Parts: sequence; structure tokens; C-alpha cells
Amino acid sequence: MKRNAVAFGTGALFAAGLAISGMTKPSKVVGFLDISGAWDASLAFVMLGAIVVHFIAYRVVMRRPAPLFDFKFHVPTRKDIDLRLMLGAALFGVGWALGGFCPGPGLVALGGGSLNAVVFVVGMTIGMLVEQVAARALARRKAD
Amino acid sequence: MNDFTPISALVGGALIGLAASLLLLTHGKVAGISGLYGGMLRRGTSDRAFRFWFLGGLVVTGGLVKLMFPAAFATTWSATLPVVLAAGLIVGFGTQLGNGCTSGHGVCGISRLSVRSLVATATFMLTGFATVFIVRHLLEGSR
Repeated sequence: MKRNAVAFGTGALFAAGLAISGMTKPSKVVGFLDISGAWDASLAFVMLGAIVVHFIAYRVVMRRPAPLFDFKFHVPTRKDIDLRLMLGAALFGVGWALGGFCPGPGLVALGGGSLNAVVFVVGMTIGMLVEQVAARALARRKAD
Repeated sequence: MNDFTPISALVGGALIGLAASLLLLTHGKVAGISGLYGGMLRRGTSDRAFRFWFLGGLVVTGGLVKLMFPAAFATTWSATLPVVLAAGLIVGFGTQLGNGCTSGHGVCGISRLSVRSLVATATFMLTGFATVFIVRHLLEGSR
């Protein structure tokens, strides 16, 4: 109960940050990606603010033996650069630029009642399920 | 579209970083939205409830912001619905394939100095720049 309430509150804080920073407006996102137009550098400052805070806090938090509600941290440790990573990131950038939404702002704008965001999240959900089914099928074929 | 807002961007960004840090401190998890959402969809994920409540916080807050500060959603540009649907499909497929998006790779991964996340972020920024250039300046020919 307490865990879920904290998860909810953390999500709410994350969403407030996105709304305050203007990232819930696709025009701000596409304005950043439009380097040869009237470039709006705001998104770089959002990332800067988030990275500075998390860079420091990450180092403080990880000194603990475990998080508060779990017996260990679940932080990715992979270091390999593979085709999946490159292709996935490349595709993500294309979709991000076409719609002006990434997953976080898409979900916040969905809550804000934006029809575009509803359609975006429906598409995103289908896209994720397709990838998961394809990845499972590939893994099965490899195992045979 | 030239409305550069560095102060609110830094303040909002700092709150995003704070939220990511609190999630790490409490649940020990990375605040990557595509990863949390994709894991909620996947069969056999053990921590579905936590994912549901975190993402629920995002959606519900969107509703509250709409009621109290509707200007937060006042976008001066929107894609058409078919393009938004295609964008969603590509974002969904791409983030699952590449294990992350702007939050997981761009914020959390770079903060950890993860090479994978640095490479992923540079890649999606580049294809994002290229896509807007092609759509806005070559196809539509505006500005």
C-alpha cells in the first residue's frame, strides 16, 4: 500500500516536471529538433537540469546497500553496443520527431485529455506489443 | 516557435531528476517510462502493480495539470492523427527494441555515465533532427 502510494507520488512529481518544463507541448519538442529552423534549445536545458540532479543523487543513493522497499537495486549493467540498441534508438528518434511525443509526455498529455496523445499511446502500445511478440518468436527460433 | 524558456526548463528538468532519484531510493528502479510501460504490458512481469501506480501518477497528474494550468498543453504545433498513430507505433517498437527512451537512456542512463545510453541518446537525437529537417524543410518546404 505504502509502496504503491510512493510510486504514484513519484510518477506525479515526474509529470509535474514534464509539465513545468513545457515538454507536454509537442511544439517545444519539435522546436528543439528543428535545428535549421527557429531553434528552441529548452529541451537541452530540461535534460541538463534532470541529469545534474540525478547524477549527484544517483551517487548518494547507490552508497546504500539496498533501496528502501526492495532488497536490491535494479539498475542496468550492460555495456555492449549492439544492433538492437542502435536500430531501436534510431527508430525512436524518428517517431519522436514525427509526433512530438516521447512516452512520458505522451502519458501525461493523455491524462490531460489530448486526442493526439490518446492516439499516440494507442500506437505506442501496439508497437511495443509487436516488438515483444517478435522478440519472443526470434528467441524461440534461436533456441530450436 | 522561437520561445526559448531556459528557467522553467531547468526547474522542470530538476524535478524530473528528483523524481528519478526518489524512485531509485525507494524502489531501486530506473525511471525509464518506455521500460516501465513496456514491462507492464509484458506477461510474467513481477512488479506490475508498482509500474501501474507510477504510470498512473503520470496520467492523473496530466488531468490535474489540465484543470489547473491548461497552458501546459497549449502546443502551437500538432501532427495530424494518422501521423501521430504512426509516430506512436514507431516509438513503441523502437523503445522496446532499444531498451529505452528520453527518460531511461537520456536522463537516467547518462547520469550513470552508461555508454549504451550515451550512444542511444546521440542516435535518437540525430535521427530526430534528421526527421524534422526532412519533414519540415524538404517535404513541407516551410521556413
